[in-house]
Amino acid sequence: MIKGWRELKIGGVITEPGSSEKYNTGEWRAWRPVFEADKCVNCMLCWVFCPDSSILVEEEKMVGVDYDHCKGCGICAHECPTNALEMKPEYLFREED
Amino acid sequence: MRPELIKEVTYVPYSGNMAAAEAMRQINPDVVAAYPITPQTELMQFFADFVANGLVDSEYIPVESEHSAMSACVGAAAAGSRAMTATAGPGLAYMWEVLGIASGMRLPIVMTVVNRALSAPINIHGDQSDMMGARDQGWIMLFSENAEEQYDNLIQAIRIAEDERTRLPVMVGMDGFVISHAIERVRLLPDRAVEEFVGELKPMYPLLDVDNPVTHGAVAMTDSYMEFKRQQREAMTNAYKVIKEVGEAFEEAFGRKYEHIETYKTEDADYILVITGSAAGTAKYVVDKLREEKSIKAGLIKIRTFRPFPYNDVMDAIEASNCKAIGIFDRAETFGGASGPLFEEVATTQYLRRKYYPMTGFIYGLGGRDTNVNHIEEAIDKLMRLAAGEEIPLVNYLNLKE
Repeated sequence: MIKGWRELKIGGVITEPGSSEKYNTGEWRAWRPVFEADKCVNCMLCWVFCPDSSILVEEEKMVGVDYDHCKGCGICAHECPTNALEMKPEYLFREED
Repeated sequence: MRPELIKEVTYVPYSGNMAAAEAMRQINPDVVAAYPITPQTELMQFFADFVANGLVDSEYIPVESEHSAMSACVGAAAAGSRAMTATAGPGLAYMWEVLGIASGMRLPIVMTVVNRALSAPINIHGDQSDMMGARDQGWIMLFSENAEEQYDNLIQAIRIAEDERTRLPVMVGMDGFVISHAIERVRLLPDRAVEEFVGELKPMYPLLDVDNPVTHGAVAMTDSYMEFKRQQREAMTNAYKVIKEVGEAFEEAFGRKYEHIETYKTEDADYILVITGSAAGTAKYVVDKLREEKSIKAGLIKIRTFRPFPYNDVMDAIEASNCKAIGIFDRAETFGGASGPLFEEVATTQYLRRKYYPMTGFIYGLGGRDTNVNHIEEAIDKLMRLAAGEEIPLVNYLNLKE
């Protein structure tokens, strides 16, 4: 939660190192990449191309997307050779959140 | 230890640029980054001499543009050092983006602006279009009437900027050539007294404090940008008090009085002139002349602090007078606005007290056009006709070829 103007440090100074980790850039997303594991061949092209390091990998397998940080650029879906990632409007999911 | 040049109060024949450079020598800032532009060039040349001769400890950065000059000052100030610069007219325009960065990052940078007209047509002479154009960039703004005021204002500006209640950059304007290049008597203060008055900078969140790492200039999106702007408004409100306090401290230390405004014979005045910068000197002369020759009671309010604008001070002076009409002298245009920028502030001042006086605006001295005694007399004549009920336009150009 961002503080009120009286509590924030002046000039936007940040005194806590690494605090950007707390910022969920995924909130900016308008389109969400939806992963279908059945179609995935684990080629890792999405992992290579993702500009936000938001492709989650476990034991050399693609397992999903980090929605806290994915901005919804759609590069992963564009590069995916098997259409295992599909871009869907974010509003379809927001109510669930 | 740098040599002590001036050991006691000394009277010298100095130009505004020399006086400003001398103030900078005595302040001895950690970093000075500047780019030459007429009529400020001479100021930086004098300061460069001080650097070359070992009379200051300053790191002097001759940059490739004014955008870079202010950027270097921003970096230096964020690092935790005392940074100063100077510019003029188009140089200030080129700095415009970084002006907002300096104030938004709350960096106490102090800058002389030798007020110069903006192009086109190209013109190197004095007017205040430059600073008036930058008036909403979050800087504290002071205007000087003469070389000595520029010297005194710069020294005070350091304390105003660095006060923890403000932490805002300050620009101090002096009219190009009329002040910057004219030689006047200036009273210099002793080196050590100035050093003591400005004191040591107490850095806030300095980048060079490696034990306490900080980030300066981070992004603030829709969820927090407005909160930082609100802080800036608060700092500007605080600045009103701080400028006053520093002025009082200066008077106590050195005997010269500085307030947000200077009133000249307003107490019994029927006609009030509001003016800023060098033309205030000529206007004071006209006030005296008309009182002596024609028994016309005019008085003058000189605006020293333009940001934060001293609404209450101006209105107190007007209400305490016998005001029948107010004439605002603007050395800058606001094309499409009611009249000049100063006019708008004084109009707002009246609104705030729900008091309305007949008022008109005089645009003068653009591009260094002379404003002589007869032009100010002509303006006061218009004010008298306005007070008598005659229709006078809101915009009156003085000394214009019709």
